Amino acid sequence: MVLEEENAPIIRVTGLLNRFGPQVVHEGLDLEVRKGEVLGVVGGSGTGKSVLLRTIIGLNRPAAGKIEVFGQELARLEPADRQALERRWGVLFQNGALFSSLTVAENVEAPMREHADLPAALMDELAGLKIAMVGLPHEACAKFPSELSGGMRKRAGLARALALDPEIVFLDEPTAGLDPVGAADFDLLIRELSDTLGLTVFMVTHDLDSLYAICDRVAVLAERRVLAVAPIAELEEHPHPWLQSYFHGPRARAARKARQ
Amino acid sequence: MVISEVATISTASAKGNQPTDTTWLAQGQGGVLHLKGDWTVAHARRIDSLIRQVRIEPGSLRQLDLGGITGFDTTGAWLLLRLADRLSVALPEAMIAAPHGVSALVQRVSAARAEPAEPSRGGNPFVVILARLGNATLEAGREAGAMLGFMGATVAAAMGALRRPGRLRLTATVHHMERAGLNALPIVGLISFLVGVVLAFQGAAQLQRFGAEIFVVNLIGVSVLREIGILLTAIVVAGRSGSSYAAQLGSMKVNEEVDALRALGLDPVQVLVLPRVLALFLMMGPLALFADLMGLIGGGLMASVALDIPPTLYVDRLTNAVSLWTLLVGLAKAPVFGALIGLVGCYAGLQTGGSADSLGRQTTIAVVQAIFIVIVVDAIFSIFFNIVGV
Repeated sequence: MVLEEENAPIIRVTGLLNRFGPQVVHEGLDLEVRKGEVLGVVGGSGTGKSVLLRTIIGLNRPAAGKIEVFGQELARLEPADRQALERRWGVLFQNGALFSSLTVAENVEAPMREHADLPAALMDELAGLKIAMVGLPHEACAKFPSELSGGMRKRAGLARALALDPEIVFLDEPTAGLDPVGAADFDLLIRELSDTLGLTVFMVTHDLDSLYAICDRVAVLAERRVLAVAPIAELEEHPHPWLQSYFHGPRARAARKARQ
Repeated sequence: MVISEVATISTASAKGNQPTDTTWLAQGQGGVLHLKGDWTVAHARRIDSLIRQVRIEPGSLRQLDLGGITGFDTTGAWLLLRLADRLSVALPEAMIAAPHGVSALVQRVSAARAEPAEPSRGGNPFVVILARLGNATLEAGREAGAMLGFMGATVAAAMGALRRPGRLRLTATVHHMERAGLNALPIVGLISFLVGVVLAFQGAAQLQRFGAEIFVVNLIGVSVLREIGILLTAIVVAGRSGSSYAAQLGSMKVNEEVDALRALGLDPVQVLVLPRVLALFLMMGPLALFADLMGLIGGGLMASVALDIPPTLYVDRLTNAVSLWTLLVGLAKAPVFGALIGLVGCYAGLQTGGSADSLGRQTTIAVVQAIFIVIVVDAIFSIFFNIVGV
């Protein structure tokens, strides 16, 4: 957390073009993520939500377009600078993507060991702290990922994403596959962490409850671009047919009711 | 009041990057410790060591001034809490001039502070070793039992398929026969050929001392047909197919595909294991026959090049030296070895736990155990054939 407040965009995507063979996923996609906000990214299946996330963090090379994170263009950086930049964000993959041969504590320590200069004892303490902060019991530290439930694995993945106190966290469907109580807990956890740590959160999700509960703004992917970015109340009024059915379907009504 | 100390802990700011400055001052006013700089993970080592150097009488300090802090994260909060412990002051009450968000973070971290890990309890080293030995023995026994059970299940599935041939996965079996059998021909042939060459050369060098070079043909004939052809084939197949079966079934196990089969009412042994084991059972014989042939050709080539034994003489001596039984004794072992390699590979694959590490371990086990078992069984065969006098 850097203490002075800025409202500048922390991620800026302009004119993004992503293509897999003949299939164009993104074309002329623009998106800005503001510092300190929780941005939800929604869209139908196959609209390239995860591809967008992977492109921003540099796992997928776009055919055209510019991606700036922290005001720097990832594709143009020297490997060392790029690594320094990558250290400033954390990623939670869909199924946690924990290293299966390491315990939870070792998973959380892995980025610290590689990127930070920390004494071993402090590293253990900090890993324990991160694991406690995401709401896992202390016994979970010594367990292997295969011994955890799906929800615990996600929490452990989040602890690893937070290991180096990043400024941005990317979450790929954080609540998918969790039970409603667990999902609501996870939403609260993300919101709370975002508030106390000043995190910027980029969250791909399908979960309407998450959108209503924690997102400051929501970006809608459709027709190969970002159709709209706005607080959810405004999006409900959007005339686009997909958005209409998205926000006025039976599940959306239930989520909205729950919110009120 | 007692004179209290005022100290400054400061770390390099991220922007300025000036060298770290630590100043400890004794002043007559106040009991305030001033903290400066970036309290973030990047400076954690420095702050950690600074905190360890703090020498202040407990109780003499009342407040921590956080006004000079320019960066703060959970690591900083953790270190701040540790500093507070050391100075025996309570947070967040003792903080003054905390920048926006800092006290919330400190409270959050303070709430999540994990209890220290319990030290692992040691014990009498002798007892520990004994316990480990006992556990390993029990584990080995359990493993052997489970393996035997698995073999039984596979045989039962094979019997079931015999009774109702429609249940046999013919396409899968043929596919595995091609991959494990036909595609292995070049490597099995090449290795066997080369071993035949080496055998002829080394054998001749020894036999020459007695002027008995011609017996090199007997040496090659008997050893290749009875042992070397089939053993080499088994080792190559264990390395090629045993490992691949373990890896295939292991990753299917990790992906829950095996569970999915079971949930669909399909028997993994019948769908996955039987076609593979059957394929090796059937293809091992032809592979071994090919290996025998290539070994004999290799030996014959070396005999004619280095020992001036012409091919016609070689073939003539060979027919005298070996009988059909010699060939059959070797080939009789082939289906058994094939089935064992397949069973061990599949069993190892299905024992895979949920990690990448476990998958690698099981693949290794598949190959090592298969080769070990093949050689043990070969020895048993040898004794058996000796007793029945073939």
